Formats: sequence, C-alpha cells, structure tokens
Amino acid sequence: MRGLTLDALTIRQGDQPLVSLSVRVAPGEVLTIMGASGSGKSTLLAALIGTLPAAFAWTGRIVLNGTDVTRLPTRARRIGILFQDDVLFPHLSVGGNLGFGLSARRAARRSDRLALIDAGLAEVGLAGFASRDPATLSGGQRARVALLRTLLAEPQALLLDEPFSRLDATLRVQIRTLVLDRARALGLPVILVTHDPEDARAAGGPVVSPLGEKVSL
Amino acid sequence: MGPLLRLAPRLTIGLLAVPVLAGTAGTFAPAFGVMQEPGLDAFRSLFDWPGIKGAIWLSVVTGGVATVLALLISLGLVASLIGRRGFGAVQRLLSPLLAVPHAAAALGLAFLIAPSGWIARALSPWATGWTTPPDLLILNDPAGIALIFGLIAKETPFLVLMILAALPQTDAARRLTVATSLGYGRLAGFALTVLPALYVQLRLPVYAVLAYGMTTVDMALVLGPTLPPTLSAQVTLWATDPSLTERATAAAGAVVQLALVVGVLGAWRLGEAGAARLLRHAASTGRRGVIWDRIGQPVVLTAGLAPALALGAGLAGLAVWSVAGLWQFPDALPQSLTPRTWQQAAPDLWRATWASASLAAASTAIALGLVLACLEAEHRRGQSPGAGVLWLLYLPLIIPQVAFLPGLQMLALVAGVQGDWLAVAVAHLVFVLPYVFLSLAAPFRAWDPRIAVQGAALGARPARVFWRLRLPMLLAPVLTAAAVGGAVSVGQYLPTLLIGGGRITTLTTEAIALSSGGNRRVIGAYGLLQMALPALGFALAVALPRMVHANRRGMGGT
Repeated sequence: MRGLTLDALTIRQGDQPLVSLSVRVAPGEVLTIMGASGSGKSTLLAALIGTLPAAFAWTGRIVLNGTDVTRLPTRARRIGILFQDDVLFPHLSVGGNLGFGLSARRAARRSDRLALIDAGLAEVGLAGFASRDPATLSGGQRARVALLRTLLAEPQALLLDEPFSRLDATLRVQIRTLVLDRARALGLPVILVTHDPEDARAAGGPVVSPLGEKVSL
Repeated sequence: MGPLLRLAPRLTIGLLAVPVLAGTAGTFAPAFGVMQEPGLDAFRSLFDWPGIKGAIWLSVVTGGVATVLALLISLGLVASLIGRRGFGAVQRLLSPLLAVPHAAAALGLAFLIAPSGWIARALSPWATGWTTPPDLLILNDPAGIALIFGLIAKETPFLVLMILAALPQTDAARRLTVATSLGYGRLAGFALTVLPALYVQLRLPVYAVLAYGMTTVDMALVLGPTLPPTLSAQVTLWATDPSLTERATAAAGAVVQLALVVGVLGAWRLGEAGAARLLRHAASTGRRGVIWDRIGQPVVLTAGLAPALALGAGLAGLAVWSVAGLWQFPDALPQSLTPRTWQQAAPDLWRATWASASLAAASTAIALGLVLACLEAEHRRGQSPGAGVLWLLYLPLIIPQVAFLPGLQMLALVAGVQGDWLAVAVAHLVFVLPYVFLSLAAPFRAWDPRIAVQGAALGARPARVFWRLRLPMLLAPVLTAAAVGGAVSVGQYLPTLLIGGGRITTLTTEAIALSSGGNRRVIGAYGLLQMALPALGFALAVALPRMVHANRRGMGGT
C-alpha cells in the first residue's frame, strides 16, 4: 500500500503522552500537525526519522509504501526532512551541497551528476548557481537549495519542520507553494509541522494535534 | 578596575611567553657554542652518535602514528555514539581517564604487558607453556609499539573531551540528521558534514597532542625503546648526565627536536588541506558510505575500549604490586598480601607526596588567581582576546619541553635558583596555566550577564558582584579547573627534574627514576599515590559544590 502510515503510534515521556496518532497519509497528500511549542511536534518528527532519544517510551509502527521502517536506522528510511533552518553545509558550494544529496546510484559519472544538478537548479529558478558559496545566498534561495538537496536523494516521504517560519511574508507564500507543488507532483506523502494556521490552510489536507485531535482553523 | 586586575592579562601572557622564549633561547645558545666557541661542534657530536637516525625516526613515527590513531578513534567514537545510550557512559569515563598522570599510566601499562606482567601471567603456563618470564621485548620494543599504545590510551580521552567541547558550535546533531536522512552512514555523514567545521576548533589540541607524542620523555623512558631511545628521551639523558660533558650535545639534540616538531606540524598542515579536499570531493560523489559503519563502528568501539581497559587493569596492577608478598611467575595473584612495602618506604613516600601536593597547590593557586583575574578583566572591559592569545596559551603545549626546559635549567643555574622550590613551582605554572584557562574560560564566559546587571542595579560594585555572585555561582567549574591544574602539576616530570636539579623529588620523578630498576612493589606504591593525588582533587571538585549548594536546586543540589 502506497503512502505513509502511522499505525497506533504513541510516544510518552514518563506518564505524559506526547504523541498518539493512527493515520494514513496518501501519496501527494499533506497531513498538518499543529500545536503549541512543547506539544510533541518535534518528538513526532524525531520518531519518524529515527532519532528519538532513548528517554522516550513508544509503541506502534511506521509503514512507508508497505515497508515497516519503525526499526530501520535513519539512513535506510528514505524519509526526507526540511528543517526550520536550511542546514546547508557551509564548507561545500551550492553544487557540492546538491551533490551530497544526489545519490551515486542515480548518476555516477561526474558529467551526468553536474547536468542533473544544473537542471535541478534551473527548475527552482537558480540556474547557474552551482559554484556559489551558500553564505552569499538570500533566505529564499537557501530554502530552495535545501529543498532541492532533499529531493535529489529521492525520498519516499517528506517531513517539513516549520520550514517556512523564518521567511518573510511574501517569500513564505512563494516557497510554500514551491515545496508543496513539488511534493504533490512527485506523489510524496508529506507531514507538515507548524504553528501557523496559514501554512495549514495552504497545505489543504487534514489538520490534527500530536495527540490526534482534529484542529479547526 | 584596580591596577592588579588591569595588569593580570599582561602578567599572565608574560608568565607563559617569557619562560618558553627565554628557555628556547637558552637552549639554542649552547647548541651553537655561543658562550665558548661559536660553531657547529655540538651538532657534529650529535650526528656522530650512532643512534641519531633511529632516535629521529622513532620520534616522528611514535608521535605521528599515535596522533593519527588517537584522532581517528576519538572522532569515530563520537560519531558512532552521538545521541545514543553509550554516549553518557563514555562521558563519565573521561574524567577519571584524564586524571591519571602520564607516568602512572605508562607504569601501569608496563606492568600489564611486560614479559612477566599480568597478561603473560594470565596466559601462563596453560596457554603459553612459560614457567619463567619469556625473553621477549614486548615492553620497550624497538619499533615503539608499546609507547604508541600508551600514547593512544592517554591522548584519546583528551581528544574526545576537546571534541565534545567543540561540538555544540558545529550544529552537529542536525547536520548528522540531515546526512543520515539523505541515506548516509553515521561515520561517513559525520566526516563529510560535521568534521570540516569541527576540525577548525580541534586544530590546536591536535597540534598539542602531536607535539607531545613526538617529545614525551616520561612515557618514552618507561614504555619506549632503549637502543636507541626516542630523541627527547636521549636529550634528557644527556642533559641530566652528572658529568656535564654532554650538555652541548643535549642542546643540539633539543634544537633538532624542535625543528622536527615544526617540520612535522608543517607536514600535518599540508595533510589537513589534502584531507579537506578529499572530503569535499567525496561529498560531491553522492556515495553514501554505509559500509564504513559496518566496518568502522566495531573497530572504533574496540579500539576505544581496549586502551581504557588496559589502563584500568594496569593501574590495578600497580595497586596489587604495592601490597604483594611473595609473587612468583606465573601466578596470577601474589601468595600473600603485606603492608611491608608501604611501611618501609613510608618516610620517602611522605616526602615525595608532600612535594607533589605542595607544588600542585602553589602552582594551581597562582594559575587560578591569574586566570580568574584575566577573565574578570575581559568581562569588565567587554571584549574578549583575539585568536593570538589562544595560540599563546598553546605555546607551552606545542613547543617541546626538551626544547626550552634545558635552557631554562641553565638560566635557573645562572640565577642561583636551581633546586629552589619556588622556581620549580613557577616552571609547573607554565604548564598549569594553559589547562586552567582552557578549563575555566567557557563556563566563566557562559555565566548569565544579566545577573551582573541585576547586581549593579541593586547598587553592588563590580568587585562585590564578582566575589558574592559570580564566584559562588561558578564554584563547580572553578574547582574542576583547579583539579585539572593540580593533575597537570602532579604529572610534570621534566620541569621538576631539570629545574629541581635533583634536589626536589616528587612522586613522578621518583616513580620514573625507580622504573629502570626492578622493584615493582615500590614502583607500584609511587604510581598508586601519583594517581591518587589527582583523583582526590577531582573527587573534591565534585563533592564540595554539592555540599555547599546542597539545598539549592537551581545549583544542582537536591
């Protein structure tokens, strides 16, 4: 079955339940998780990518396109993530950052890799940026490079950890549209974590709290 | 700001730079015959010594190999364990391992791996068939493997500590998450995304480890080869030769040793650039390097654990020997236990313990006062020192001890203070100061400045804010820095030997002096005390703040 399924996923810290979700996110669909800070949003993301500290007790399963990834290490899950900050690697050029994402299996020859990177940059409106130092980019440009880096690794699902909250209002709409359109076009199940109702409305899918309660916007 | 506070930074810089520079000059002078006949006779006699090539080679190989391996192990350990359960255990192991002086560690390892040591006893006679200690050069092996092993055991905890201190500034956790979520293995992801930022901060500690590894004297005398020994060990033997005829040769050897360190550091710098280029290239190929985790993690965990276990077993060996009655080969344990060694050596042990403790207390107290004054002056001026000061702090750790201590010894002789207790304490201070500063600077600067503002708003002068607010709140890090300083002082071998001129005997100089003889029981007693003194310091640094802040939950009490 295609899509990302959280099968009775519950996470507790001591006696405190932080996350309780049973939901399936279909390919191209966006599930929005909303809640105040400290409500378990980042705990959920950590559980989904496999970096949950041992102090948390959890039960349930995470199934991605029919594969149970619950016990797989982060690197084997094929779940991409975009953080609030872009986390571009400052010692690599823009092209170097993208090459880091682009799998060697998809393209091994140097010329093929550079062609794919250039094509990707052109698609997000950054043609010719490969040799640039990431530190010289604007916030919007950096966000696009981060998105492209994640997508070049060909993830099977996409997690968004408030990736638009650092951008100013106009840019925010632009980048949000770009990210959501690309994810839909690639048929990726997306989980968006945010505290901004505007993000949730734009995502268009169901909106729930980390404990699975319906949130009305 | 009072004049004392204003002068403190300059005074501190002077106390670090003057002995190192004057000592180096004092070493260079006799090497070139400046005071008698200027010329290169000293170098001629140095290169006439048949062991010179071997000694140079050993210095480069033991220091270089130990540094590369210790760096790889410590980076691999941190990369494998970040965010995992074992990480806490490794962090808790660090302080006790760091507190063990180099000499005690070397002696413990020697007891463990010697042909008549614990490992041979444990395997004999059932596995080896040995009923007498075999005639094997396991210890003091000509290739320096035992020395390399000892260096790795002592330097890995230091590098891990330095990595942990630098990690928060590298955004390591998130970069590693990004890398692994893109499909990279932990080790590959760490090397490609975290290491480049991390290494910038790690560079000076690595240089210090490399310089120390190439030039250590006490560890080389215990674990290293003998025919020839490492260059620094030979220089020390010449410099302390009672006949004084080899002083010029020793000076020439010290100059060569300094040139070697500078040369190897230069080569290392080139290697850094090459490695950085290699990593950038590897990052752009998109290979996920998952296989490195499968091979690398077990190797790194074993390589990290084995030296720690060996060190622990070696130190236990020191303790058992010090109370051993009759203990024949290949018995794993002595037939009886007796306090006789301690009783017989008690007066000497007391004297050496007192010398070690008083030197440590004096040098640490001065260092602590200076460092606190420097940091407070920096706080009140509102500006932190530039990168140059950091280099200066590392100067005594990177310039080899044998390159400037013989010169300092000569200056002390001329000034008539050789063998003077205070002169030895000042020599210790040169090495204690940097460690106290490095240990205290981060917590001191991280102190919440709003508390000072609040204090001032309540009418307190800066001095009152310092003594009544800042110092009490920073009690734990101040005591930890003091414990670090005390441990560094207790561990000093060459400064005590050369500036003390044989008249000041500490636990360390006596343990090393005894190590060439065969009396393991007495060596065990000295080694044990040498280890116990810093351990006591660290125990107090943990216990005292808990007692003082016992009913203050905001200060870690309960």
